[in-house]
Amino acid sequence: MKKFELELVVVDNKILNAKHFLLILRNPENNGFLPEMLPGQFVQVLIKNSPTTFLRRPISINFVDRKLGELWLLVQIKGEGTQYLSNLKPGDVLNVLIPLGNGFTMPHQKNKILLVGGGVGVAPLLFFGMLLKERGIEPTFLLGARDKEGLLELDYFKKLGRVLITTEDGSEGEQGFVTQHSILKRESFDRLAVCGPKPMMQAVAHYAKTAGIDCEVSLENLMACGLGACLCCVEKTIRGNVCACQEGPVFHIKDLLWQI
Amino acid sequence: MADLRIKIGNLDFKNPVMTASGTFGYGPEYADFFDLNELGGIITKGTTLKLREGNDYPRMAETASGMLNCVGLQNKGVDYFCNHIYPEIKDYHTNIIVNVAGSSPEDYAACAARIDELERIPAIELNISCPNVREGGMAFGVTCEGAASVVKAVRKAYKKTLIVKLSPNVTDISEIARSVEAEGADAVSLINTLMGMSIDIESRQSKLSIGTGGLSGPAVKPVALRMVYQTAKAVHIPVIGLGGIMKAEDAIEFLMAGAMGVEVGTANFIDPCICEKIILGMNNWLDEHGCQSVNEIVGCI
Repeated sequence: MKKFELELVVVDNKILNAKHFLLILRNPENNGFLPEMLPGQFVQVLIKNSPTTFLRRPISINFVDRKLGELWLLVQIKGEGTQYLSNLKPGDVLNVLIPLGNGFTMPHQKNKILLVGGGVGVAPLLFFGMLLKERGIEPTFLLGARDKEGLLELDYFKKLGRVLITTEDGSEGEQGFVTQHSILKRESFDRLAVCGPKPMMQAVAHYAKTAGIDCEVSLENLMACGLGACLCCVEKTIRGNVCACQEGPVFHIKDLLWQI
Repeated sequence: MADLRIKIGNLDFKNPVMTASGTFGYGPEYADFFDLNELGGIITKGTTLKLREGNDYPRMAETASGMLNCVGLQNKGVDYFCNHIYPEIKDYHTNIIVNVAGSSPEDYAACAARIDELERIPAIELNISCPNVREGGMAFGVTCEGAASVVKAVRKAYKKTLIVKLSPNVTDISEIARSVEAEGADAVSLINTLMGMSIDIESRQSKLSIGTGGLSGPAVKPVALRMVYQTAKAVHIPVIGLGGIMKAEDAIEFLMAGAMGVEVGTANFIDPCICEKIILGMNNWLDEHGCQSVNEIVGCI
């Protein structure tokens, strides 16, 4: 897919909780042009005028509203780069490289798919869920967080499909990790799409491998260019070291050398 | 419109701006962003005789005004390059220069000999300065004898323009430059990355899988500029300058310090169109300052 460098304008910056915010962006030029994008792909955002950060920051595509011409980025404040992004105001301009990497595989019409997200890792699942719904595939979301406060964009997910929840402290949904949710004992799925912290993705991958279910995970390896040039974000696969930014960030677990 | 053309050895460049090895892939990675034919040259990712998997992840750490990497020459080997990558890039209207690395003089020479067969590759850049591999690489580049031994072996096997990329991790880089000049190098390029380190204080571990890495980005520019200045005074062959070039003004500094050409590296990660902007900015600066040709400012201090 052709990649673009775009200067997008911030339409809104919604504070979701102490650590998370939602940036809503639009292209002020070319009739609001946004390129074709797949769920699971990401953008590289430029952090301008920062004395302490140097590289761009890779951020997952959270949602694309074609009617309104909006690109949503759901961001967790982790360091100074994301802190800078959290301070953006409507009207500010953000330079992005878009779209990068590959996306989740679209399932067959008959497939029953479970989308599993943890923390800010729910981000690509909203866009994925929307496209699934458009294609007449009812998605089921299994979303996990430490506590109720950590559950992000629940209202949006509920509009797209069935939402199941686990929290570690039991403040919402079932208590425990996503892999402990009772749905996994009650129902069977043909495919899993997973994004979240690595230990959580590995636990889900272990479940999928044991149950013999197709499972794709979205990695967030540290990267510099995002274009497959610097070879910094490599992941060990059955094809050797490959760039997560180019051959990922979405991988089928059968291609990874995870000890699961 | 100033004349940006330069000559390095017998090779003509439409302008002095090249992409530094390891920061631009083989070219197609950036083709969506600007017309690669505008470049003076593309220097490819380091290529070795046999496939190399490189070092383990993590390979990168962001630092103040720069970054560390310890990629370790990951590439699919020279045969893969010749059979699969070369056909895709050979028709670009720019100088495609292959960066060649190895772990023994014989290795380097065998790899160079394969590249010599490729009609549309007019030059190689010999990498005797990679700080991230245990065998070869920088081990050759830090002594005059080591550097000379590799260049001697390659010079016999390779007839076209031979550029040697030097390591800054030495006491006197101009001595190394003189030793490769004596063995028949057509040009030297400098600097490769400076060895550095960064530690995660929570895990009490290095942020890089092999402990150390090579520092690049604007943090290294003053060091690179000084080394280019010293080397240009010490040798009679052309010098290509690189290290932290982020804008046209930086590139002009290198030219004034004595570089005939420049390579842009880490800046490609931040702005994929930076080379195009540097070429344009260089031209504008020359026009504004009444220079007919870029050669007028090379080594002017």
